[in-house]
Amino acid sequence: MFLSNMKIGDKVIVKKIVAKENIKRRLLDLGVIEGTIIKCVLKSPFNDPLAYLIRGSVIAIRKEDVKKIEVDLL
Amino acid sequence: MKIALAGNPNVGKSTVFNALTGLHQHTGNWTGKTVTNAVGKFHYNNNDYEIYDLPGTYSLFSHSKEEEVARDFICFEKYDLVIVVCDAVCLERNLNLVLQILEITNKVIVCVNLLDEAKKKKIKIDLEQLSNILGVPVVGTSARSKKGLNDLLAKLEFKNFKNYKLDYGNLINEEIKKLSKILTKKVLDLNPDWVAVNLLNYDENLYMQITKYLNYDLLNDNEIIMQLKTIKEKLNFNIKDKIVNEIIKTAEEISQKVVTFEDKNYNLKNEKIDKIITSKIFGIPLMLIMLFIILWLTINGANYPSEILFQIFNNIEVYLNDFLIFINCPVWLNSLLIAGIYRVLTWVIAVMLPPMAIFFPLFTLLEDLGFLPRIAFNLDCLFKKCCACGKQALTMCMGFGCNAVGVSGARIIDSPRERIMAILTNVFVPCNGRFPTMITIISIFLVGINNEIFSVVILLLIILLGFLLTFITSYLLSKTVLKGIPSSFTIELPPYRRPQVGKVIIRSILDRTLFVLGRAVIIAIPAGALIWILGNIQINNINLLNHIANFLNPFGQLIGLDGVILLAFILGFPANEIVVPIMLMIYLATGELINIENLDSLKQILVNQGWTIKTAICMLIFTLCHFPCSTTCLTIKKETGSYKWMLLAIVIPTIVGFVICFLVNLFFNLL
Repeated sequence: MFLSNMKIGDKVIVKKIVAKENIKRRLLDLGVIEGTIIKCVLKSPFNDPLAYLIRGSVIAIRKEDVKKIEVDLL
Repeated sequence: MKIALAGNPNVGKSTVFNALTGLHQHTGNWTGKTVTNAVGKFHYNNNDYEIYDLPGTYSLFSHSKEEEVARDFICFEKYDLVIVVCDAVCLERNLNLVLQILEITNKVIVCVNLLDEAKKKKIKIDLEQLSNILGVPVVGTSARSKKGLNDLLAKLEFKNFKNYKLDYGNLINEEIKKLSKILTKKVLDLNPDWVAVNLLNYDENLYMQITKYLNYDLLNDNEIIMQLKTIKEKLNFNIKDKIVNEIIKTAEEISQKVVTFEDKNYNLKNEKIDKIITSKIFGIPLMLIMLFIILWLTINGANYPSEILFQIFNNIEVYLNDFLIFINCPVWLNSLLIAGIYRVLTWVIAVMLPPMAIFFPLFTLLEDLGFLPRIAFNLDCLFKKCCACGKQALTMCMGFGCNAVGVSGARIIDSPRERIMAILTNVFVPCNGRFPTMITIISIFLVGINNEIFSVVILLLIILLGFLLTFITSYLLSKTVLKGIPSSFTIELPPYRRPQVGKVIIRSILDRTLFVLGRAVIIAIPAGALIWILGNIQINNINLLNHIANFLNPFGQLIGLDGVILLAFILGFPANEIVVPIMLMIYLATGELINIENLDSLKQILVNQGWTIKTAICMLIFTLCHFPCSTTCLTIKKETGSYKWMLLAIVIPTIVGFVICFLVNLFFNLL
């Protein structure tokens, strides 16, 4: 399963981060590494982007940017 | 003493800054509010302090221009102390930046802000233990209610900073030590340990900055190359990943030691509100309704005060005139001062001040509440389709107030390509200086006077046309001069905060309204004089204004306007607010600005000059799409660093305006 196809309310643990360098950096800034727990909390009216609860704050990211980030459902 | 104020976006740095300095840097509840360093001074306990409010940044690996400003300051500027402001609600993420800064300097005070918010969410933080772990002072504050600031002030003289060493594991620690030893002689006054870590955890942008600072390319130095090679051979794992992961893991560990969550569901209320605001059904309509309400309040509320202001200024004019006659002022000078400068000036104030004094506080309330990032979140998909960034929605919101502000606000956009796109299209959002013109035209020609609701509906339609043009232009730009795939979009949706209503009103009026008004006034004075002069120099019994207007007339007719309107737009280049008064002045060939008592008489004047509904529609469209005002142009030049983009920002909307008006004119002529 990937970060981009989560449903609202899903809680996952990050397994493998494959993304463009700038996205990877941004995610690292926000504290996303392998093993981080993420919850999907919102969906924008046009279905993209999604917003995730990451270490206490809500961050919106485009689906395309995180479509190769592998996660496991908790 | 020189102090830097750093921290993640939207953690209340500016609030702390204002509380310390007594200054009134504007604060807002969204990422990217402070785009440049604000400087303030204060005096405490017989010491003078100079404090720099840096733009918010998540880390020292910058992505956008505003983050670069913060990073360059922290990494390369000389200062005596860094105060890192953290959000108590998500301390863990904030510790990331704290740890990164501690690698550069130990002269750090950690200020855990928003304690009141954390308390409400039942989050407890052990500040003392945090201080013990990090070896630097930790102060808890709630800057909005001024709590804890005395503790912060008391710590400014703290001297006994310990060295915090991040533990990357024995293997890497040792290599950093060795590399650092080699670097000591080569990195001037930079911290060699920090440079060593950054050579291992290579970030191109930061490395370039280091090279620039040292004026020396470290990666071209044989000794360093050799050492890096040995390290790579010795440690056969991805050092970079290991280093970054270690920082995050350390932040996590520290956070687990000092933070206790007593209520795991603290985010639920926010989530419920957000679910409605971003829902498929209500999301977009809610935003439009919000815009409608703001416009309606602005227009409705502004009418009456505007009339009163006109009245007052008219009364003053009589006295002023008497006074000038009393001191034997020459007639021509009297006319220049009163009919030229005074009337243009007071017109601008009477027309602009009331709507701004209503619009800005309303906008600031939404900003304070945290609503703006939700707009970007809701609309990002549309922007993505035009290969632009969702944050452009935020710069457009700012554009409603003033396009120049919208242009400099574009710094929050990460990709330079998308930033320029936002800058070039910002003028399609009608600013406060153009609203009054539009409203006047709408109410006298399209809906009838005193029909405010319909006025607002039509205004809303024009604004939506502006949005549509923004999207189309952005798309076309992305296929031509600004080619490229959309890079990325991440934005934080901060928790809603109860706006400090009283403060918001006072601050937004003082800071924003008076600022924009002041600018307009400064321009109105010379503009008033110039227009008076043009209106009073006569050749063949016709004044210069009319000569120029006659020359422009064929072009104006082509797009459903006339020469006078076109000239008014050109002369209104310094400030859009004065377009209508100039137009009236030329129409009436009075050589001076006349006072229009009410909208009925204004309508009569315009109809006598051949205005029809076609003229009104073309005028509205051209008000929406034409070259930006002089201040905006200068800001564009400053922000993009090139005349090319400024020129494009002038040409694009003007051409769009010409084309649409031409088509509208054609349509009406065929009818």
